[in-house]
Amino acid sequence: MNATDLTAILPLLALTVAAVVVMVAICIHRSHQLAVWLTLAGLAAAFVSLWKAASMAPAQVTPLLIIDGYALFYMGLIIAATFVTVILCYGYLEKQQGYSEELYVLILTAALGSSVMVASNHFVSFFLGLEVLSVALYAMSAYLCNRKLPLEAGIKYLVLAAVSAAFLLFGMALIYAQLGTLQFGQIASMLIGGVAYEKTLIYPGLALMITGIGFKLAVVPFHMWTPDVYEGAPAPVTAFVATVSKGGMVALLLRYFYETGAYRLHSVFVVFSIIAIASMIAGNLLALLQNNVKRILAYSSIAHLGYILVAFLAGGNMAAEAVTFYLVAYFVTTLGAFGVVSVLSSGERDADSMEDYESLFWHRPVLAGVFTLMLLSLAGIPLTAGFVGKFFLIASGTSASLYGLIFVLVVTSVVGLFYYLRILVAMYKSPAETGKTAPATLPSLSRSGSFALAALTVLLIWVGVYPGPFLDAIQRAVSTLRIF
Amino acid sequence: MILVWLIVILLVAGVLALVAGRVNTLLPRFISLAAVIIDFVIALALWRENSAQVTLSAQAEWFRQVDWAWVPQYGIHFHLAMDGLSLLMVVLTFLLGIMSVLASWKEIQEGVGFFHFNLMWILAGIVGVFLAMDLFLFYFMWELMLVPMYFLIAIWGHERRIYAAVKFFIFTQMSGLLMLIAILTLYFIHHSITGVYSYEYKDLLGTALTPHTAMLLMLGFFVAFAVKLPMFPFHTWLPDAHTEAPTAGSVILAGLLLKTGAYGMLRFVVPLFPGAAHQFAPIAMLLGVIGIIYGSVLAFGQTDLKRLVAYTSVSHLGFALVGIFAWNPIALQGVLIVMIAHGISTGALFMLVGALQERTHTREMDRLRGLWATVPVMSGIVMFFALASIGLPGLGDFIGEFLTLLGTYRVSLGVTVAATIGILISTLYALKLIQRGFHGPNTHEWSLPDLGKRELLMMVPMVLILLWIGLYPQPLFRTFEPAMRMLQQHAAPQPVMTMFPDARRLSYDQNGLPGMNRR
Repeated sequence: MNATDLTAILPLLALTVAAVVVMVAICIHRSHQLAVWLTLAGLAAAFVSLWKAASMAPAQVTPLLIIDGYALFYMGLIIAATFVTVILCYGYLEKQQGYSEELYVLILTAALGSSVMVASNHFVSFFLGLEVLSVALYAMSAYLCNRKLPLEAGIKYLVLAAVSAAFLLFGMALIYAQLGTLQFGQIASMLIGGVAYEKTLIYPGLALMITGIGFKLAVVPFHMWTPDVYEGAPAPVTAFVATVSKGGMVALLLRYFYETGAYRLHSVFVVFSIIAIASMIAGNLLALLQNNVKRILAYSSIAHLGYILVAFLAGGNMAAEAVTFYLVAYFVTTLGAFGVVSVLSSGERDADSMEDYESLFWHRPVLAGVFTLMLLSLAGIPLTAGFVGKFFLIASGTSASLYGLIFVLVVTSVVGLFYYLRILVAMYKSPAETGKTAPATLPSLSRSGSFALAALTVLLIWVGVYPGPFLDAIQRAVSTLRIF
Repeated sequence: MILVWLIVILLVAGVLALVAGRVNTLLPRFISLAAVIIDFVIALALWRENSAQVTLSAQAEWFRQVDWAWVPQYGIHFHLAMDGLSLLMVVLTFLLGIMSVLASWKEIQEGVGFFHFNLMWILAGIVGVFLAMDLFLFYFMWELMLVPMYFLIAIWGHERRIYAAVKFFIFTQMSGLLMLIAILTLYFIHHSITGVYSYEYKDLLGTALTPHTAMLLMLGFFVAFAVKLPMFPFHTWLPDAHTEAPTAGSVILAGLLLKTGAYGMLRFVVPLFPGAAHQFAPIAMLLGVIGIIYGSVLAFGQTDLKRLVAYTSVSHLGFALVGIFAWNPIALQGVLIVMIAHGISTGALFMLVGALQERTHTREMDRLRGLWATVPVMSGIVMFFALASIGLPGLGDFIGEFLTLLGTYRVSLGVTVAATIGILISTLYALKLIQRGFHGPNTHEWSLPDLGKRELLMMVPMVLILLWIGLYPQPLFRTFEPAMRMLQQHAAPQPVMTMFPDARRLSYDQNGLPGMNRR
């Protein structure tokens, strides 16, 4: 470990230091504002240090971490999403009773875990990153511990995540037992390089790993926790789970399966195809039955991960670009959607029932407009990032002639329109119809939350209308991925 | 650059209207009206400027074009171009745009700013569809116009508006996605042959495809346009959407949105896949004829005025479908006139029904009756447009349907005969409309205000335009001619397609235009 290595992992160090500093600051002086400012400063420092680290890339730091353009791009995405989450948390927690400061320590830790995941090309760092992320998430989900739902969400997530981690670990162990290495690159040379190996351990190993990964991605049939955790966790935390935690896993999924060449194994292809189809169908159909906005978004996120898997299966550079682009769009959209839920939430409960949104347009046109754009983006309608993202997904699926999967994607995403439109319909119902007259004084929205939403909206339309620059950055990042 | 302005003016006006709507309800109306009129004037100026050019050199492919790199990584361009076909469609768009703003002047009282925002953005999307020459951009615009249309129906519509809006949205979205798959497949095939990533219309024309692939891709495009057209059996969204939409929504749906379907068939389906289109022509024409007859029979069966007019659209656009797949110069000229004349006559009928509903609060024919004495001017104009829509000689629709039939006759006698029967039935529903709605004793003691100045201002130009097209359609043909030649040239059979011996029929007459123009 020398100076070069330390520079390369500067973003990770910055996140670690920030977490410690915030923790110490809480011990010295309890102040919500101070904690938020320190957290934001730490995230900003980590973000800036990405450029410093980029000057060293690609660098293999210890056998565990690879700092290349791909890892740095995803770290940037994670840090930016965390930044927005923190801003949303501030507005949200201001309305809550009880201590708020510790949440930021957890958020920083989780972001660190996710960042380690995107930089890992070794099973050990993979698992360490995953656990750092997960353990922080248990506590974050249950943070409002005097309410029933968050507690339930936290415990449910804890139990299931622990089980899935065990599956993952067992899978890794089987692969290690067979190949004798934990490094992705070496696994690749053995799987693809024609070295004779015993399939009896590799395949069960891969199957167990897919179980663990599938749990984190919340794809069918490993999705059971999703709606409950989404519903129970505080809205900004849900945004975090939906983006940072899943995003880190998708990045790792690409790196692991592409760099080891495992995606070329026929059985892996079949398994992921089934998972993708099941996720798209189940996610969209189950979302139709929900009346709770957070649960609708939870099921729709299952479907979206199914869409991502379609492009993932296409394989190759273009697919990696499409997945990454879609993920960027998905980050912006999901943060925006849960952002709206966060700013509308009161101190007692989250604004997650359909009734909370009825006639919203006539009382709060701007907020309803933002939510409309976010929902349209999830549905993949032009002018929004979601449209370009879905376009690229379908394009990469088509380029690999995965017509069956693409067809399922198209049909189920039309089903998806129904429930997005349901929320829209509720928002645009005239007040005369719902009997909801505008309250005399509207509860003021938190300024920080409004700011974050405005920024996300601008980004949403920018990516949707002029995706060139983003695509450039993504192409450069993905080109450092070694795809076998 | 001027083409970009056509779209940008509408987009900006929409946003301005949205903002202004919070101050005052009159401001958005004036902003929108001004924007559409400016665009209309620009389009007319383009027409004037190019009408001289057309006769001089028919070789110039586009009147105007803009071509900017948009997502260069994947060969996506922001490419707008205008030829005679686009020009005429764009002029129609702005004309009906003006009418829609005027038609909503009294009708829309709630959320005026947002209403005009949607109206402007739909128009922008439609103009974009008529001008886009990059298939990505085309798809972008194609989808862009749906959302505001959805809002227009879902917020300002009538009783069952949500159902109608959702149905409309799902139908068009689903078919649009099928087209997207076809576009992408074509794009990748083109890449695998040439090594170039391009969504450019001109590049993709003449991509060598195996007959099987060409047929599948052609169907992908065809379904998207057939839903919009609306072709039997994909028409079921239309009566609902038309009936529930506010007047401006119906005018735009019937006058313009349906035309984007016909336009897409003309511009994309046949030129991109000439062989497959030729092979598919009998089926398409059959479906077109079914649409003609089925639409007019159902129109006859309606008691709701708006539904009646809606079903007539299914019938009239059947002619467009038949004519397009006959694909000879006479039929294509007919299709062009059908598109324009139907836009105007149906648009006007919807406005009149809207005006009637404003006064009587009903669209049921049985509850009307005996209006002639009370509102003579309105009744007269309704009769004019009803007669226009059944194809009375001397009016625009007649020219369109006549030429379509004439062109189709060369291809298939059976289809022509069946389509003519459709015209016969259309007489019945027009007579029913007039008789039930306006004639008879005034049993309900109606006493209503006749058409006001604003309404006359809308109706008189439309009457005049229909007469003009009916009596002197030459300027339209002249403008359309180079575009049609180009389309036919590109739709000339590809080398691969020589396996269809009678593909000759798709080629055009080298000596120029037969039919009306040669006289």
